[in-house]
Amino acid sequence: MSAPQHAEITDAVLGRNSRDSTRLLQILRQILEAIGHLPKTVLVQIARELKLPYGRVAGVAGFYHFLGLEAHGHYRVLWSDNIIEQMQGSVELCEEMCRRLWIEPGRVSEDGLVSVGYTSCIGMGDQGPALLVNGRTVTAMTRERVATMVDLIRAKAPVASWPREWFAVTDNIRRRGILLDHGLDAGAALKAAMARGPAAMLAEIVAAKLRGRGGAGFSTGQKWQACRDAAGEAHYVVCNADEGEPGTFKDRVLLTGYADLVFEGMSIAGYCVGAARGLLYLRGEYQYLHEHLEATLAARRSAGLLGKNIGGSGFDFDIEIHLGAGAYVCGEESALIESLEGKRGTPRIRPPFPVTHGYLGHPTTVNNVETLACACLIAIRGGAWYAAIGTEKSAGTKLMSISGDCARPGIYEYPFGVTVAQVLADCGASDTQAVQVSGPSGICVAADEFGRRLAFEDLPSAGAFMVFDDGRDMFEVARNFAHFFAEESCGFCTPCRVGTSLVKNLMDKLNARHGSPHDINELFKLQRLMQSAAHCGLGHTACNPVVDTLNKFRPAYERRLHSMEYEPAFDLDYALSQARQMTGRDDAGAHLENAS
Amino acid sequence: MSFLLDGEEVPFIPGQTIMEAARAAGKYIPHLCWDHEFAPHGSCKLCTVKVDGRFGAACTVAAHEGMNVDNRSAELDDKRRTLLQMLFVEGNHFCPSCEKSGDCKLQATAYELKMMSPHFDHFFPDRPVDASHPELLLDFNRCILCELCVRASRDTDGKNVFALSGRGIKTHLIVNSPSGRLADTDMAATDRAASVCPVGVILRKRRGFKVAIGNRTYDKAPISEQPQ
Repeated sequence: MSAPQHAEITDAVLGRNSRDSTRLLQILRQILEAIGHLPKTVLVQIARELKLPYGRVAGVAGFYHFLGLEAHGHYRVLWSDNIIEQMQGSVELCEEMCRRLWIEPGRVSEDGLVSVGYTSCIGMGDQGPALLVNGRTVTAMTRERVATMVDLIRAKAPVASWPREWFAVTDNIRRRGILLDHGLDAGAALKAAMARGPAAMLAEIVAAKLRGRGGAGFSTGQKWQACRDAAGEAHYVVCNADEGEPGTFKDRVLLTGYADLVFEGMSIAGYCVGAARGLLYLRGEYQYLHEHLEATLAARRSAGLLGKNIGGSGFDFDIEIHLGAGAYVCGEESALIESLEGKRGTPRIRPPFPVTHGYLGHPTTVNNVETLACACLIAIRGGAWYAAIGTEKSAGTKLMSISGDCARPGIYEYPFGVTVAQVLADCGASDTQAVQVSGPSGICVAADEFGRRLAFEDLPSAGAFMVFDDGRDMFEVARNFAHFFAEESCGFCTPCRVGTSLVKNLMDKLNARHGSPHDINELFKLQRLMQSAAHCGLGHTACNPVVDTLNKFRPAYERRLHSMEYEPAFDLDYALSQARQMTGRDDAGAHLENAS
Repeated sequence: MSFLLDGEEVPFIPGQTIMEAARAAGKYIPHLCWDHEFAPHGSCKLCTVKVDGRFGAACTVAAHEGMNVDNRSAELDDKRRTLLQMLFVEGNHFCPSCEKSGDCKLQATAYELKMMSPHFDHFFPDRPVDASHPELLLDFNRCILCELCVRASRDTDGKNVFALSGRGIKTHLIVNSPSGRLADTDMAATDRAASVCPVGVILRKRRGFKVAIGNRTYDKAPISEQPQ
């Protein structure tokens, strides 16, 4: 493609986005999709047309994993490096693919045709190993699929012409409760909410004791009330569909089969807080859902459920979808808002909180996909009914995304308070060694704790439930999570930016059998620092998996220690490997006797 | 109105942060990314204090009547020392040959907190220098990502010469030109951004070692005894 063609495409994309600088991330995404990479000339054009400094545009492009300033291959393959998929053989399959294509992971082939690399969990833990090819999701990879895919890439076959069944994503709903069996027609919940009136509807949310389903469990009623009470010209509802916590995929299923319920929940929120605009922030990995969601919105508009004067009540509300571009930190609500405004996804200084100073500085309520869907049930059946389900402090039900060593991975809906043991029995897990509840930033639960309950009182969860049987090495699990946090730290604050990399390096050092008890103490020290000094939840929780496994699975670490006293990090024999390579020697005399 | 800072009463005006009140009272809270001229940023975390038992950045937490703030406790200075070590190993800092030695806030704070070694393995990042500008040199090896130059150029100079790109440990300072060269921006040596760098990234050319080592800012008195 020539430079004038790039300019033409860029101009069209800018036009489609009304040359609105808050849409910078959307503009960059759309141009990337059309051109395949982001040439500097295009960034210059964007900066000029949006009246932004060039550095601002380059800074945003450089932040998101799926963007970036370097050229990608014409085919860009990104394997999900979730630990569950690694257990299913993703690393071997990725290496096989690289071998067949004669490339190194993370590097573009000499002819610019293809690059193969890794990306953080893409939300397909129940049907992996999965990958993204030019942004499109392919599930259930096998050696056969790798071989065929390599042939298709070599033959330069367009991704759109690849076998359709590769792109199939299944819901795997295994257990339904009040939410997944809601039985509501589109519009029924909104109608019920409007019959109650905004203040009374909000009172029902408070009475329902609904708490945020993204993991933190903040009271939804309190959040909506604070947003409603905040002074501001405009109020906003933001649906956080940036489901990035490895092992979580319940929002994917809600957005697939329950999109009406989610959008209706946003409308109810808008009605309660006095917002006329809602924004759904869809993680970039779920791009394949975009078209379906836009179609659902269009149907709701034609049905009079979105738009002006809904149901003749004078309530105006519409919803816009924004796509992310590969940044876990954007699940943090203030980083998400920055991203919605077309900026780098760096968490803001809080207070002020989004309920008073959110999107474009206006009062904004940011709610999880599942929380909003729950609001519909409360609109229909009332707060008292809802509060009676679950436990004292955790009302209602919770969707669990179950993956790993079990017979039936998928989505399970339980009333809060269910035990880990019950869930394990239901999903067909046996010889279970540990469960990682709520993903890497959550809690690692060992076998003697399986009587614990999934509820805010005991084990709070955003929905991930990763099962590891006796055959798994819990050190490898923690090391995978350490790599995840180092990859996903936004880099804003010192403790998280450097700390996550130090933790990753220490885990790699232990894995290479160069660690000592001193390094284990270092891990504890870094955890204490990051927990107390980091800027946001990512840094606060980044050491949880390491510390949890150190406390509960210490032998997995200790068997990697050469000596319980001291082990030098410097490997003299390894240092000679370059000299051996240069001289073409590999005989006994070229090795140190005491080499490990 | 007042609060307690390490047991001493510090007066404040409502709306002031702990850092602003401490500065007005002549008390030193270690910091690198904060400067009273600019909006607080809260990224270096050197100013982490303990407010009624909870950790927070003094530059962003508002002062409240009667709050009890720990500042120079052994626990907090220990954390600060680790943060400094992190900043030293993620960049390439060679104090003995650095033009900023003696005038550098990172170095002065490390002396103040008695940091004796880098402790961690060095990352040795590859960060080329930019000598394109006729009057200024950029040595990115020393950047601590405090964004003071970003704020000074944007808020004081109205130019946006600097920005951050990348993410995580690959976060890095960039300049506002497609070529990546400072010479191709509208940066001037008289800009506020040219003199705001607390470390040795932004340097005036042809001024090297004009003030002899030994006669520099922090040679005369430690950073805690200097006006903030």
